[in-house]
Parts: sequence; C-alpha cells; structure tokens
Amino acid sequence: MDIDRRSFLKVLGGGMAGAALGNTLLPRRLKAAEIVPPKQFSGVLVDTTRCVGCRSCEAACAEAHHLTVPDINDQSVFEKERKTTVSQWTVVSRYNTEKGEVFVKKQCMHCNQPGCVSACLVKAMEKRKEGPVTWETNCMGCRYCMPSCPFEIPKFEYHSANPKIQKCNLCWERLKKGEKPACVEACPEEALLFGPRKELIEEANRRIYQKPGKYLTHIYGEHEVGGTGYLYLSKVPFEQIGFRTDLGTTPYPEFTKGFLYSVPLVLLLWPAFLIGVNTLTKREDERKRGGEIR
Amino acid sequence: MKELAKAGEIKNVKDFMVFIRRELKPKGKIFTIFNVISLPIILLGFALIVIRLVKGLGSVTNLSQEFPWGIWIGFDVMVGVAFAGGAYILTFVVYILRSEKYHPLVRATVLNGFLAYVFYAGAIFLDLGRWWNIINPIFGNKFGVNSVLFLVSWHFLLYMISLFIEFSPAVAEWLGFRRVRKILASLTVGAVVFGIALSTLHQSGLGALFLMAKDKIHPLWYTEFIPVLFFVSSVFAGLSMVIFEGTISHRVFADQIDHDHQESFDRILIGLGKACAGALFVYFFMKILILIHGKQWSLLATPMGTWYLIELIGLVLLPCSLFLHGVRYHNLAVIRMAAILSMLGIIINRLNYSVIAYKWYVPLSQRYIPSWMEITITLAIILTEVWVFRWIANRMPVLRESPEWAMEEKTVKKSVTIRKEVPKWKVSAI
Repeated sequence: MDIDRRSFLKVLGGGMAGAALGNTLLPRRLKAAEIVPPKQFSGVLVDTTRCVGCRSCEAACAEAHHLTVPDINDQSVFEKERKTTVSQWTVVSRYNTEKGEVFVKKQCMHCNQPGCVSACLVKAMEKRKEGPVTWETNCMGCRYCMPSCPFEIPKFEYHSANPKIQKCNLCWERLKKGEKPACVEACPEEALLFGPRKELIEEANRRIYQKPGKYLTHIYGEHEVGGTGYLYLSKVPFEQIGFRTDLGTTPYPEFTKGFLYSVPLVLLLWPAFLIGVNTLTKREDERKRGGEIR
Repeated sequence: MKELAKAGEIKNVKDFMVFIRRELKPKGKIFTIFNVISLPIILLGFALIVIRLVKGLGSVTNLSQEFPWGIWIGFDVMVGVAFAGGAYILTFVVYILRSEKYHPLVRATVLNGFLAYVFYAGAIFLDLGRWWNIINPIFGNKFGVNSVLFLVSWHFLLYMISLFIEFSPAVAEWLGFRRVRKILASLTVGAVVFGIALSTLHQSGLGALFLMAKDKIHPLWYTEFIPVLFFVSSVFAGLSMVIFEGTISHRVFADQIDHDHQESFDRILIGLGKACAGALFVYFFMKILILIHGKQWSLLATPMGTWYLIELIGLVLLPCSLFLHGVRYHNLAVIRMAAILSMLGIIINRLNYSVIAYKWYVPLSQRYIPSWMEITITLAIILTEVWVFRWIANRMPVLRESPEWAMEEKTVKKSVTIRKEVPKWKVSAI
C-alpha cells in the first residue's frame, strides 16, 4: 500500500491530536516529588448519646455563616425528621428509637473522597487539605453534585437568579485561622469533638471499650463510602437514627473511574479502527467503480 | 420557489447581504395548521424562559432538593441526544462502510443531529442555575477532569463542530461558494471519524453520569454497565428517529425529492428496520444478562418490577419483533410502528434513570412531576427546532439534489481517481 504525503499527514495529525487529548483527559498520576507528607484531614466526632437537642450548634452555625438564625427554643421542629436546607447548614433531628429519644446533628459528612468533588466539572467543589469540602462561585449550577452525594447534602437555591449551592463547609474560614468549627465550640454537652480524623477514631474506640454496652461497636463514617470527616457514635443501630447503612465502603469516585479510564483508550483506538475500515472499503470501492464519496 | 445561488454569484459582502435578505423571507404559506398551533407555544415558551432567567429555576420548574434533575435533563438532553444518534450511525455506514444506499438520508440526518445538539443540549443552558459560568469547563484554570460531566460537555462542543463540518458543504452549495465547498467537503471524512469517537463516548457518558447515584437508582436499573446500555440503545434510538423523521419529511417536503429517491426510500426503511431489530436484540440480551448477574429476581414481583418488565418486554422486545416482522414481510407500516414504540422505550428508559426509578422510595406526594411551564418550554424548544429545520430544508440542498456544479465536481474527481488508481491496484496485486 502506498500512502501519499497528504493522507500520511492526515493520519499523523489525527493520531497526535488523539494522543494529546488522551493525555489531558487522563486523571494525572502523581510524581514522587509532588507527594507531600501525609497530613491528616480534620473532622468531628459526634457522640449522639451526649446530645440533648439544644440546637446551640444550629444557632452558632447560622451566625458564623450569616444565615437566618433559628429560634432554638421552638420544640415543634422536632415533630418530623429534618434535613439541611439552603439556609440551615446543620440541623438536629429527634428520633424515637428502641432506647428512647435520640438527638442527632446532621450536616455535610466531609467525605475523604467526596462524590460531589469528583462530579464537579469546574472544581467548584473542593476537598481542602484541612478536611472540609467547600463550594466556590465558579460553579455552573448544573447540580450534578446533588445526585452524586450519598448523603444528599448539597442544597440548591431554586428561587434565586444568582443561585448558590449551600452546605456545611466545616468552617473552613475559621479552620485556616486555627479555630474550631462554630458548632463544636457552641456545644454545651461536649457531644462534638474536633480533631485530626485518626485521633477521633482512637477516641471513639476508647469510649466504646471503656463503657461496654453503652455504645454500638461501630463508628459510622470510619469506613462508610471510603471514610468521612464526620464520625458518629450511637447506642442504637444507625438505621434508627436516620443513617443509610447500605452505602457500602467504596468511595463514590470509584464508580466512574472505570468509565473515565476507558476514555483515552476509546479516543485512540476507535479513530484508528475507523480510518482502517475507511481505507479498506475505499480500495474495494475504487476497484468497483472508482467512487469518491462526497 | 427561488433556487440556490449560482456558483460564484456572490462576489462581495453586498451580494451576500442581498442574498441573505431574500432568503430570510418566508417561502411557503404562512397560515398553515402547524404554524398556527406552534407559534403561540413558541412565544409562550420564550416568555417563560425570560421569567426563568430573571427569577430563578424555582419560578417555572418543579425541581426540588430531592429531585435536582427534571425533564430538561431527563428528556431534553438525555432523550434528545439519544435520538440524535442517527447522525453518527448513518455517517458510519455511508462514509466508513461506504454503503451508497443510505446516502440520500445523510444530509437530513446530520442536519437533524446538529440541530438536536444545538437545541436540546442547548436546553442545558436553561437548566444551569449559574448559566453565565457555562464557559468555565472550556476556558479557565479549574478543570474538573475527574468529572464525567466535564467529558460530556467537551464532547458536546466538539461534536457540534464535527456535525457542522459534516453539514457545511450544503451551506456552501446554497451560497454558491465553489472553492469553499471543495475545502469543506475534503474535511468530511475526518469529521466523521472524530464524530463517531466522540459520540461513542458521550452517548455512554450520559449514562455514566448516573453511576454515582448508586444509592438512589432502583437496583433493577442500576448497574455498572449503564454506559454500555446507553451507548447500545442510542443505536436503535437514533435509527428509529431517522425512520420517524424521514417518513414525515418525505411527506412534507415531497416536492423536493425526485422520483428515484422516493422509490429507494422504502428499501432504505427496510434496511434501517433490520439494523434496529439487531440493535434492539443486542440491547435486550444485555439487559437479560445484567438481570441474571444482578440476582435481583425477587424485585421483579414488586410494582417497580412490573414497570421494569413493561419497559423490557413492551418497549424493547416487542418493537424488536415488530421490526423483524416488518422486514420479513416488507411491511412499512409495522416498521414505522416499531420505530415509534422503540422511541417511546427510550423516553421511558431515560426518564427512569433521571426521574421515575430515581429515588423510587420517595412517596408520590413528594415526587417530581414536571410543571406545565417546564413542558411548554420543552415544546417550544422542539417546535423552534422544527421551524429551523424547515427553513434550512427549504433553502439548502438537504433533501433535494446538490446543484449541478457540485455534482460535476464529484464526477470529475471520480474519473481522475480511476485513472490514478489502476496502476496502484496493479502494484498492490504484485
């Protein structure tokens, strides 16, 4: 087969474009020099056996982030399970369980490998080295983070012409100054404990072993969806206090990894195959009737 | 009806403006039933779009924190893109496999695909809460390369360009630009190859978007093979759309199509029906394999299981056998019916992933049901697309033959290739 210069350049150009594209689209591999010594993500340990449902954390959160400050003496909010909203980054719910009333604070779990971050096509969602998952205004408002979050935390302002995604940011602005999250500081019962994730797990295990029977021997968030920044201790099974226990331990970004890895492969192999078939059919075609397609 | 510009008729900007002004005038009757019905819907739709842009998504949609994606994503984008799949399949058949039989359909299908991407993927723009940031995935310094949506957005953009290049010779013929046409036509095969690769990835990519909604999609629908299923289903979705759309446009634009082509159209439909039957069977087979491997038998006895079986038997297996029947007995009516059924199957399937089997555990009272305004805007978008398609089909050589000077060029090239090709063939034979 002889190839003239023109078609050779065409194929070469196509291949090079494909290779360049494949390279940029491939998730980048870290070089040894770039790897920084591991620093623990910070998180919060929530001991639900200590929570009394005073909602001080809600008020502190609203104040710290300039949201509507709720009336924390209003007991009627507990009538049904609560979810975070665009103006409430954290909420306390009351659950009637086999061991009586249990109050549970809910907010963003700050996953180690968050689904929302890998979903975001403009990196508006980011996992910070301190531990928080934060949102920035370069967001397009596509809301792909919402179906991708196992805990359904990102909340979107539907009734705004300039809508934002609202969610807990673990008080990232305070963390950078070396302060604790506002909710942790406000908790009068020490139900919330802030610290490096590893130490929190040690502390949680210590509590479980020291008071046998008081806790379930399970830390929610230690392994769920690959580990989360918020960790929970409970005396009752976690399904009873509004946690999904069917989420598995696979980090959510893993679910799309296989597909994304196949992308550069398809972009390289598919055109090569198509050009090959095109060349083959051309010769037969031309033999038959010398047809040049438009 | 005023014909195309003659080759070289347009020499300068002034000629161009005169030509365009002449072409902008309506060419058919103004008060047709279609116009009288569609125009008010389009106007209302655009008024609602203004409200949406000024007051936010919540003012016209029923979207909620529980259901962040409604019909603008689940129908306009997911279904629209699947239906536009005909373009990459037909260009594959005609330009890569060089089956001349389907050539008469290529331009209309490519134009349809291009407009579908512009309008239905354009619906993303309306759905974006912060639409002014729509260029962020393309320009900027923060690329979410680990996001499936990043890939899909780039592919949409690049594929729209590919489709435009594939269609552009028709524009050049319309304007009578001889040299430009020659250059654009030489780009076609490259655009086709690139376009097919892009289509493979973003058709499956739309499915991959749901991979991280693992805990929210009913286990009968959720599988790690969603991307493959989306890709395979786009084959029969696109071809069914070609059958459906071709049938309509062959009636509406009958005056533009010469007799020979009218005759060959029946043969084309049967060929397309055969391909649809094959793709549907492959899809059905994969669905069954996934069902068996998923070990979700018991779920079939639940209400969602019934819904699953309706989709699988009634809207996959049934159209598949109807296609086979139509092909076997050369029954075009059955083929058309099968096309409509399989298109319905695609609509149901894509809506299942985004709305119906999505959070199936949420009670009906809290579920997402599209508002009349969302539906009106969707209709307005579809009707506008039909208007644009009609405008182009009435002016450019889409369904009718290319002008003579363009045909001449092709024949000249043919004879040249024959002469050049003979020794080449001998050489390779030795």
